[in-house]
Amino acid sequence: MHEAAPVNPWVALAYLIAGVCFIVALRGLSSPATSRRGNRFGMAGMLIAVVTTLVTHELASLPEIVGAIAIGGGFGWIVARKIKMTDMPQLVAGFHSLVGLAAVLVGVAAYLNPQAFGIAFPAGSEYAGLILPVSRIELGLGVAIGAITFSGSVIAFLKLNGNMGGAPIMLPGRHVINLGTLAAILGLIAFLTIELSAPEWVFWTVLVLSFVIGFLLIIPIGGADMPVVVSMLNSYSGWAAAAMGFTLGNTAMIITGALVGSSGAILSYIMCKAMNRSFISVIAGGFGGDSGGGAAGAAKTDRPWKRGSAEDAAFLMQQAEQVIIVPGYGMAVAQAQHVLREMGDKLKEHGVRVKYAIHPVAGRMPGHMNVLLAEANVPYDEVFELEDINSEFAQTDVAFIIGANDVVNPAAKTDKSSPIYGMPVFDVNKAKTVLFIKRSMGGVGYAGVDNDVFYQDNTMMLLADAKKMVEEIVKSLD
Amino acid sequence: MDFISILSIFVLACFVGYYVVWSVTPALHTPLMAVTNAISSVIIVGALIASAAAGSETAKWLGLVAVALASVNIFGGFAVTERMLAMYKKKG
Repeated sequence: MHEAAPVNPWVALAYLIAGVCFIVALRGLSSPATSRRGNRFGMAGMLIAVVTTLVTHELASLPEIVGAIAIGGGFGWIVARKIKMTDMPQLVAGFHSLVGLAAVLVGVAAYLNPQAFGIAFPAGSEYAGLILPVSRIELGLGVAIGAITFSGSVIAFLKLNGNMGGAPIMLPGRHVINLGTLAAILGLIAFLTIELSAPEWVFWTVLVLSFVIGFLLIIPIGGADMPVVVSMLNSYSGWAAAAMGFTLGNTAMIITGALVGSSGAILSYIMCKAMNRSFISVIAGGFGGDSGGGAAGAAKTDRPWKRGSAEDAAFLMQQAEQVIIVPGYGMAVAQAQHVLREMGDKLKEHGVRVKYAIHPVAGRMPGHMNVLLAEANVPYDEVFELEDINSEFAQTDVAFIIGANDVVNPAAKTDKSSPIYGMPVFDVNKAKTVLFIKRSMGGVGYAGVDNDVFYQDNTMMLLADAKKMVEEIVKSLD
Repeated sequence: MDFISILSIFVLACFVGYYVVWSVTPALHTPLMAVTNAISSVIIVGALIASAAAGSETAKWLGLVAVALASVNIFGGFAVTERMLAMYKKKG
């Protein structure tokens, strides 16, 4: 069906090698030790793909192309150098939107100039110049997925960056609107495929409706569900690239699209599981607004609880054999990661074993907390995932909770009526002593549920700004 | 290439992706996203074809904009991944 131009086997081989480089790049991420080599393979793959394309096409506009690469590349490079690690989720969402928009532009260009892409009926045929039916499906889907990725990612970016409130925006009858729009997009693509002389407005309508649905799909999703959304859009950007790869019959694009598509899908699955939410309910939206859920249960501060000081905390941890630190996003908001690592170093000087326990949803995107700790020079072999460390709390002297709440709430295991019931949590309550840093007793976590850990006999609440409290503890450890 | 060959590559690549991504350590999930972002910009191949071809002036300019956008991602994505990965250090 793609009989446009005979493919040079060397060119096909070069694109295949590029695709294999991308596989090796992801494979390198199986351990921090091999990860940088993996990243170099990724760069090499990209270079091969770009050079192959440039040398095998007649170049009517090389200076403009070099200019475009220089402008875009320079901008991207500067942003990558300057971005703060806490802002990583916005950056990734922003980058996703660019992939989506690039896919749309390539799709539109292919629609306007099908000969250049080798997707038109050959000259002499009854339909000479018109786009082949299979390519119409691929092009339609590619443009639609690209447009959804673009507008969805822009909304995700605005929400994560704080330009737009995190609260879900619920339109009445939105499920009907969304399903109707989706059906219209698919129907128009089908029409475009079957009716070879379909008017141009059909293609443009597909494009516009896809931009609209991307927007509609993301606005009802709340701030707390953003890790899932970012992963999902990651997946979409991959499928968009794959669809374009089908149009061009390009192996590198197809392999990459499949890799990125699966990667995003798996990350979405991991995030959903970590929050005990079904993918469908996230997409349906509504949960996890910044202000939402507050009414579900304000902390019942009338229950007795113990307050501790920085000196008490320092004394308890010095005596300990093992301390497990459970950081949450609140720690990053307070910018306490560097002083926290200092505290860890001081404790190690006192002969204490220090470990960090990371919940999959501890940050604002998958693996975010690990990056924040790595930036603060916490060695990665002191950092453990939920399932690897959870059994250790029972043999641990001090669990030190900083900026986390829902991920240590035992209600997730015991209280069927709790909104976080079923979410995997750290068994911090099994540690001999729990030190819980919190700004005040009033506020509660994202899910807005009270936490029994506050009121345990072995819990000491350290009420202060996380950074100030840890600084004081460090002073007391001298 | 005919459609079935392309589809075969795609389906097999999905399986490769599934197994490779599950082998990625959770500690590197953020760099994984950054690098997948960078490599999905291989869409630049399509953008280059559009901007290099004669025939449609509009298509050429759309292609050039796409080249610039994809370049932001390629340079930015690989650079930020490199920056993050350089932070991961072992004890001692």
